[in-house]
Amino acid sequence: MKEYKTIPAAELRETAYQLYADGKNGLMSMFANDERQLNGNYAIYCLFSVGKSMQVIKAVLKEKGKLEFPSITPKISGAAWYEREIYDMFGLKPVGHPDLRPLALHENWPQGIFPLRKDFNNKTPVPTAKKEFPMAGVEGEGVFQVPVGPIHAGIIEPGHFIFSQAGEDIIRLDAKLFFLHRGIEKAIEGAPIERAFYQVERISGICTVAHSLSYCQAIENIAGVTVPPRAQYLRALVGEMERLYNHVGDIGNLCAGMGFAVGIMAGARLKEDIMRVNEALTGHRFLRGMVVPGGVRLDINDQLSAEIRSMLDKLIPDFNEMIELFRGNDAFLNRVETTGIVPRQAALDLGVVGVGARASGVDVDIRRDFPYGCYSSLKFDVPLYTSGDCAARLWVRVDEVAQTVNLIRQILAKMPQGPLKAAIPAIKPYSSGFGWCESPQGNNIHWLMVGENNTVYRLYARAAAYPNWPALTVAAPGNIIPDFPLINKSYELSYACVDR
Amino acid sequence: MLKVWKKVIATGNVTEPWEKAVPPPERSRGEVVVQQNAACKGCNLCVNVCPTNAIKLYEGSPVVNQKACVFCGLCVDSCQEGCLKQTTNYKLATLGGSLVENTGSELRNKIRRVLGRSLHIRHLDIGSCNGCDFEMNHVCNPVYDIQQYGIDFVASPRHADLLMVTGPVTRNSTQALMMTYEATPTPKLVMALGACACSGDQIFGESYAIRGAVDAFVPVDIYVPGCPPRPQAIIHGLMLALDRM
Repeated sequence: MKEYKTIPAAELRETAYQLYADGKNGLMSMFANDERQLNGNYAIYCLFSVGKSMQVIKAVLKEKGKLEFPSITPKISGAAWYEREIYDMFGLKPVGHPDLRPLALHENWPQGIFPLRKDFNNKTPVPTAKKEFPMAGVEGEGVFQVPVGPIHAGIIEPGHFIFSQAGEDIIRLDAKLFFLHRGIEKAIEGAPIERAFYQVERISGICTVAHSLSYCQAIENIAGVTVPPRAQYLRALVGEMERLYNHVGDIGNLCAGMGFAVGIMAGARLKEDIMRVNEALTGHRFLRGMVVPGGVRLDINDQLSAEIRSMLDKLIPDFNEMIELFRGNDAFLNRVETTGIVPRQAALDLGVVGVGARASGVDVDIRRDFPYGCYSSLKFDVPLYTSGDCAARLWVRVDEVAQTVNLIRQILAKMPQGPLKAAIPAIKPYSSGFGWCESPQGNNIHWLMVGENNTVYRLYARAAAYPNWPALTVAAPGNIIPDFPLINKSYELSYACVDR
Repeated sequence: MLKVWKKVIATGNVTEPWEKAVPPPERSRGEVVVQQNAACKGCNLCVNVCPTNAIKLYEGSPVVNQKACVFCGLCVDSCQEGCLKQTTNYKLATLGGSLVENTGSELRNKIRRVLGRSLHIRHLDIGSCNGCDFEMNHVCNPVYDIQQYGIDFVASPRHADLLMVTGPVTRNSTQALMMTYEATPTPKLVMALGACACSGDQIFGESYAIRGAVDAFVPVDIYVPGCPPRPQAIIHGLMLALDRM
């Protein structure tokens, strides 16, 4: 289990800065919990990666005291969104936060109602407010603003962007997200953990396995359940299949950012081949219905293994030919190279994860750094590029496709025999724990507190896209506005994951 | 450039007609049907296990609300009497609004006459998990190639004949839904795509952030259930609406 260090909230800044050690130890996640019914306190949890371990600071605020804490954003930029969300949802004010605009609750939400507090009932009708939602921009002679979204031109998810422009050049980008905010974390409070799983599985379509895995591993960590080895391998198999179809599709989609139709179609065609195998394996094109708390629901047989292997054998030469269309293509490289640079220091400061981090020279992969399931017995490399541009994010994905194909082959070859599922026993009420995994976009971390009778007391689901979104506001300025779709697609961040 | 052409020619034509495309594999989870001679004992196991409350017992036998079913198959696994069976059927689209049989047939004919051979779609995500949206993307891939049917996606609601709406209506997206609907010229159709759009808060449960199903806000003409509906199910819904089955 993780080490929890409990402190009064007033000491949060000091303690967090000490643990952060000027960026040596990254902030992985930060969230609050209303524990007034248990001990009369609100609690704010900060998860740090410290060398080879994870450490948690638990800062408590007395219910009767002032509901504020010293913001840690001034030194730890990655905390900016976490703290805004805590203020939105719990009304706990981060004092000294440089940008305390609402995040998840828009102008329609009335002041002073905090939906994640336990005394807020989901059945309470909430009036529609008509507030202003201030967007950040730049003003000055010749500077103009381009508003985009939330409904976009392509088939993509909703987000509202304001570009402050000097001619073609972007000087500032501000994003308003959470149009897809469904309040899932609140909606599942009180539901049995094994039933709430089906809502968690639906946080995001393309990160289905990632959210399922993090959630299930959180349950299993808390309950002290060991997942049978065969189930661990099958979980890794679907996890890697998810990475494979996402990466191949995302590489194709990157071409949509520059109108390279042959690339788009090649990627889409290859992705379809993988999704058909997904369905043959799990009965679902997005791999739903495989992972369940305690293990997996479906087994694999020789015929399915052969089907996966033959798909990979066909995919690899085809995929490599597609990549060759990029590598020697000056017109293509001209668009992706030096476009949308996120410097290494910015990636570290914002706590960027996954493909985005590895393209900016930050060597993180939670499968290797904090292995879960069967990953410690599998061999794989973590590709690393340092230029931080769209090209680097593309090459990271290209290299990861090769690693993932290799991993799938290893998993199929090593698949142990045995049962598929362990039962989840009665869990001691109010015990809590983390679950994590590496989604196609980066690490995905869930924190769960179990209530009475194995129900959900509080779930916090931090998807990889959450710390990565702010990186886009670093990547875009200095580029021309027609390059934004390309930069956006080079990250290919899920909105549904962030908005929940 | 030569390499590009070489790749294009080597790949050849991969497009499949949607109905004759590869049938769903054996494990594929589609419509849950109630067996004809079901010996339901009224144990309610299926009702209780359903994560989206899509099953009710009615006159001594289970009834599945297809609009809210996510095809997880838990009900089938739970039934001791074998009353329920999961099939691979995905053709579950139903018509509503101006396309429903018996009412407004003149309007229906007019819509079909105007839009029948050439339909332009605007995608509108107002709360989905992005599963539906990616399947919508996939109907544009070279395998399903929606354009072969004279159907295409357009960038603006002003150019659209049909709004393809995904997700339950969230608080934060309500304004976008209403404004997009207003901006679409008539005659227009609305498709509720996926279990969330069709059933509202049944998928995620009651929430401060969800306002309901799409048809609680704008009239819906086509319901395509599924979580998410596979590309063929989307095409089926469109063909059904345009009377091109």
